[in-house]
Amino acid sequence: MPSRTIRVDQLTRLEGEGAVKLVVRDGRVHSAELRIFEPPRFFEALLRGRSYSEAPDITARICGICPVAYQMSAVHAMENALGIEVSGPLRDLRRLLYCGEWIESHALHITMLHAPDFLGYDSGIDMARDHADAVRRGLTLKQAGNEIIALLGGREIHPVTVCVGGFYRVPRKRELTALVGRLQWARAAALETVHWAAGFEFPACDRDYTFVALRHPAEYPFNEGRIVSSDGLDICAAEFEAHIDETQVKRSTALHAQLRAAGPYLTGPMARYSLNFERLSPIAQEAALSAGLGRRCTNPFRSIVVRAVEVLHACDEALRIIARYEEPDEPACAIEPRAGMGIAATEAPRGLLYHRYRLDAGGTILEARIVPPTAQNQAAIEEDLRRFSGEFLTQPPQRLRQRCEQLVRNHDPCISCATHFLRLQLTGP
Amino acid sequence: MRERNARPRLAVWKFASCDGCQLSLLDCEQELLALGEVIEVAYFPEALTRAVRGHYDLSLVEGSISTPRDAERLHAVRRRSARLVTLGACAASGGIQALRNFADAREFMAAVYAHPAYLHTLATSTAIADHVPVDFELRGCPVNKRQLLEVIAAFLAGRRPAIPAHSVCIECKSRGLPCVLVAHGRACLGPVTQAGCGAICPACHRGCYGCYGPQETPNTASLTRALTALGLERRQLLRLYRSFNANAEAFRSESERHAE
Repeated sequence: MPSRTIRVDQLTRLEGEGAVKLVVRDGRVHSAELRIFEPPRFFEALLRGRSYSEAPDITARICGICPVAYQMSAVHAMENALGIEVSGPLRDLRRLLYCGEWIESHALHITMLHAPDFLGYDSGIDMARDHADAVRRGLTLKQAGNEIIALLGGREIHPVTVCVGGFYRVPRKRELTALVGRLQWARAAALETVHWAAGFEFPACDRDYTFVALRHPAEYPFNEGRIVSSDGLDICAAEFEAHIDETQVKRSTALHAQLRAAGPYLTGPMARYSLNFERLSPIAQEAALSAGLGRRCTNPFRSIVVRAVEVLHACDEALRIIARYEEPDEPACAIEPRAGMGIAATEAPRGLLYHRYRLDAGGTILEARIVPPTAQNQAAIEEDLRRFSGEFLTQPPQRLRQRCEQLVRNHDPCISCATHFLRLQLTGP
Repeated sequence: MRERNARPRLAVWKFASCDGCQLSLLDCEQELLALGEVIEVAYFPEALTRAVRGHYDLSLVEGSISTPRDAERLHAVRRRSARLVTLGACAASGGIQALRNFADAREFMAAVYAHPAYLHTLATSTAIADHVPVDFELRGCPVNKRQLLEVIAAFLAGRRPAIPAHSVCIECKSRGLPCVLVAHGRACLGPVTQAGCGAICPACHRGCYGCYGPQETPNTASLTRALTALGLERRQLLRLYRSFNANAEAFRSESERHAE
């Protein structure tokens, strides 16, 4: 049987280092692999022997684009182990910090990484020559997100104020109020971005994904909620490992997560949106519907619009949190270390981020398990590649390469996170 | 042939890292487009699909060396770069992943992976300067974007970057921050850590955790005496010196005094 292999050797405009391999048989894409070149970093091993209090700072270093997500999953998991619940203004501040990360991460992806695909440029910097206003708007939006993180966290990347129990320092009301003008601008800019992105041309590539996301009784999910899926899964974070397998697949370079009942699934903006549409703030719901998005999104190319809707929601939510903020008496709850297991999942910009820790009586970490969103999405991304690259097989190599890159970029994978911090030796197909 | 007045070519390379330092370049939201006018961003896979091959006037290198393939790749990068500047703690000292240098690397692999035999990795994570000559090391986990812009501006002007090598203490004093160690009795690595962050941890009422690595004349023995007087135990001292710059010489040798 004639068979050939097509490789896209270095994927660009992604966080981390990866490549795509397509195996073609009889003129059809037989299989697709997302390969990973990231060197091993062994976080789950190096966390052992560290204090519970160090987990937020150490796990932040897994990803420079979504450090807040790692800090949030870490503190919630530790608090779960230590039997404390953070509420009131401290809980609000965490959600505000997460708003900042969603805004900066999504704005970066929309403007600098994803939009150039639709408008035909190699980068956001190149795109700025002809679309200066849009690029400037996107970068200024990103800056607004970063300003929230820098104010609450001390700096934009690897914030220093987050601790188990709350914060090392909380902002004064007047410091937060100073952000209001900038965030009102950002909300308007996000609304424009929704309509700008909705105006791009999208290939007809719908798929019946199994979506997995958090769902909270009242809120669009950031920090808390049950883990639900589009085919009826409804579990708490502690049940995650009973329903999801993460296995090392020989033909792949990273661990694959699968739902035991339903196989490959997708987490991230499309899943969150489709499972939580009615939890979005009204302005975000209206913008999504008027941009023609519908209450579910099953076309991965349209994820750029979903991200813009989430930026709009995050700006609006940030303004709501700031308006009701009252300075707490203490920046953090008191902690008494104890032995136990702690589990939590939060919504990173790219999707569900699961942490589990086992602690000894002195609060030393005995065991750590981290399941990042891109590891969960890898099988779904490969399935997109398999289904949607075929029509480009007869086109020039450059066009096929572009198509494959877009199919990966649609999901904004974070390869530093995804690999479990390892490079695996590939054995042949 | 390149034109004589062509813009200098910039390349950005990644080794074992979190991407945070190169993201700092994209975090220069208001300067990025202006930068693109005076410098040709020729290789930057995280932001740019097109790759200009050949030689680069300035290479920014993020990450540590932890695989045989990366060790080889780094030499190729050095050969093609007129100036090579490293970004961040991974590149300057091996990063948090250098904790494996103090452990049994095989056991580390087996702890995470079902099939450790498939791994292609070195037993250590080491600094870029351990492998090739480096023109300048910008510190931080992550780097400070103002300092990053200063390094690029200095390169364009053909001068040495104005990056102080003194301790975080100087930044606390210049900000008028009360000393978290003396006034509040909190463990702080500020006296032995290089400045550059703006003393953000002391400003947030916590001790410095050393993410910029050792300052130029660190007196770790003296700091250890002060920390011991605060009641820190051996294990706490070990953790304090062994984090994001565990493999930096001054922190490594001090940590070894407290190892089990």
